[in-house]
Amino acid sequence: MKPKYFSIPYVGWMAMFVVAPIIIVFVYAFTTPGGEFTLRNFSDMGIFMPVFFRSFRLAFIATLLCIALGYPVAYILAREASRVQLVLFMLIMLPLWMNFLLRTYAWMSILENTGLLNQFLSFLGLPTVRIINTQTAVVIGMVYNFLPFMILPIYSVIVKIDKNLLEAAHDLGANSFLVFRKLIVPLSLPGILSGVTMVFVPAVSAFVITQLLGGGMVFLLGDLIEMQFLGTAHNPQVGSAISILMMLIVIAFVILMNKFGSGEEKAVGL
Amino acid sequence: MSKELIRLSNCSMAFDGEYVLKDINLYFNDKEFLTLLGPSGCGKTTTLRIIGGFQKPTSGDVFFDGVRINDVLPHKRAVNTIFQKYALFPHLNVYENIAFGLKLQRQNGKKLSKAEISGRVSEMLDVVSLKGFEKRDVTSLSGGQQQRVAIARALVNRPKVLLLDEPLGALDMRLRKDMQSELKRIQQATGITFIYVTHDQEEALAMSDTVVVMEGGAIQQIGTPEDIYNEPKNAFVADFIGESNILDGIMHSDGVVELFGRKFQCLDGGFSPMEPVDVVIRPEDIDIVDAAEGTLKGTVASITFRGVLYDIIVDFHGFKWLIQTTDLSPIGTEIGIKIDPDGIHIMKKSEFSGMYGDYSSFSDKYDDIGDAESELELEEAEGGYET
Repeated sequence: MKPKYFSIPYVGWMAMFVVAPIIIVFVYAFTTPGGEFTLRNFSDMGIFMPVFFRSFRLAFIATLLCIALGYPVAYILAREASRVQLVLFMLIMLPLWMNFLLRTYAWMSILENTGLLNQFLSFLGLPTVRIINTQTAVVIGMVYNFLPFMILPIYSVIVKIDKNLLEAAHDLGANSFLVFRKLIVPLSLPGILSGVTMVFVPAVSAFVITQLLGGGMVFLLGDLIEMQFLGTAHNPQVGSAISILMMLIVIAFVILMNKFGSGEEKAVGL
Repeated sequence: MSKELIRLSNCSMAFDGEYVLKDINLYFNDKEFLTLLGPSGCGKTTTLRIIGGFQKPTSGDVFFDGVRINDVLPHKRAVNTIFQKYALFPHLNVYENIAFGLKLQRQNGKKLSKAEISGRVSEMLDVVSLKGFEKRDVTSLSGGQQQRVAIARALVNRPKVLLLDEPLGALDMRLRKDMQSELKRIQQATGITFIYVTHDQEEALAMSDTVVVMEGGAIQQIGTPEDIYNEPKNAFVADFIGESNILDGIMHSDGVVELFGRKFQCLDGGFSPMEPVDVVIRPEDIDIVDAAEGTLKGTVASITFRGVLYDIIVDFHGFKWLIQTTDLSPIGTEIGIKIDPDGIHIMKKSEFSGMYGDYSSFSDKYDDIGDAESELELEEAEGGYET
């Protein structure tokens, strides 16, 4: 049998659940509720710009935090002895096996005004903090949920770096810090880039996190789109237009990232 | 005689309680080309890594110019290494690879100037004949070119000592021969001490001032290539370096040795009377004569054409000898042999006696040479690459 027959179910799946919805969204975005062609759905977008801005800003912050937290973990993971590695891996993967909603609810009870965090702070005699229903809470939720998607790609790149290269750099006069800066960081760039894509894209369109941890006070693109389709605003045409604009920005962003990172891939033989 | 530069004193190295180096004592002279030669797992790469600072000996000391350097990190040693698989930095181009070490150097606390760096890099590119390759991507280069970049990257730092870990292992035969003379030329031109690791005895003999033969984590013999070949100390060395027939003999007196119940003239002496010894006879030192005129008579058992000469296996009363000759005698003919006194080399009995030098199971021994891949794996299994 020719191998291409195997791809039929996959192609069918993609057509039904990826291509078709995108076409529908496109059709909606360029039509009125009556079905006539229009560009109004886009020209009215101005009022939503603050939401766009806020979404990209929070996603950007969450992504940066994921790099800052994830890189050291990935680095330690890649260089530790295998037993330590296994335990660390379990600690990272375990939460992923739990339901996303459940995990986010858990953060609610931690961050609530009378939640675990504040109980702990008052136990220490420190002033309590108000985090729940703020942008901070939303960012914490994003970082927590998307961190593994930053750690894993970085880990898989670092672990593949040839140890001979590190020895060669030492040999040529680099101390541990310089080996890290001049070799490990540039060579792990492809991992960082794919991690950024994997965190930034879902973070931009996040909406459950905003509702649970933001309490409706932090209104992001995901919420906006959901509101247009299911919620009070009920305007699928505008919702589709917003979706498309968001998608274009994200695609532009991903292309830019890959341009920036091209030439690094071959470094680790990806 | 030049002065001593590096000394390993009673160095032992164990990985998980397994000793791969046993009490090594070895010194390296300034400006010499020294080769550590031995089969897989003999400890030669470990010795090199101890000198490079990538491994700390389990016991014993390393001295550089009289200073103990056991605890000195690799980047603080006046030693540079050329790694087995070159280890070029894939994210940097040829120029940046070579300049890597220079950019890190400080002279009186100051960085080297851009002009000095580029001057030294282009000077080095000249030495390894890679002018015009500055901007090339290292991953786009051929094996031989990558090798040259690796050499330039190490030499540009003007180390006192260059360590080379099977640097030609991945190259094909012809390129290897070229690089051998290239390396020798560079070593003589720069006056840098080369410490070279290989399992290829031909390479070792062709390039070195001094050869150190290692086996089982211990040094078997140290000497010039001629010494090692002509005066092997034990059966292992005799067998590992070149081809040799190793026989049991009895030393009657100085200059007289008994083989197969016959007395032969030789040049060695200093053994006690009737001492059992190992006798080495190189295949090229045996002359074939008519059966009637020979000291020993045997039957030709097999013939292999090697180009310049034939390898023939001759059966002497059940013991098979390898003889290299340009005269072809068909299989089954009875021939006589003669050996000149200087073709017979006498060795004391050792732990290796009886293990080597019999060609009764002669197969293609040349297969052992140049199998760089299996060598690499073994050396890694030995416990290398700790960081």
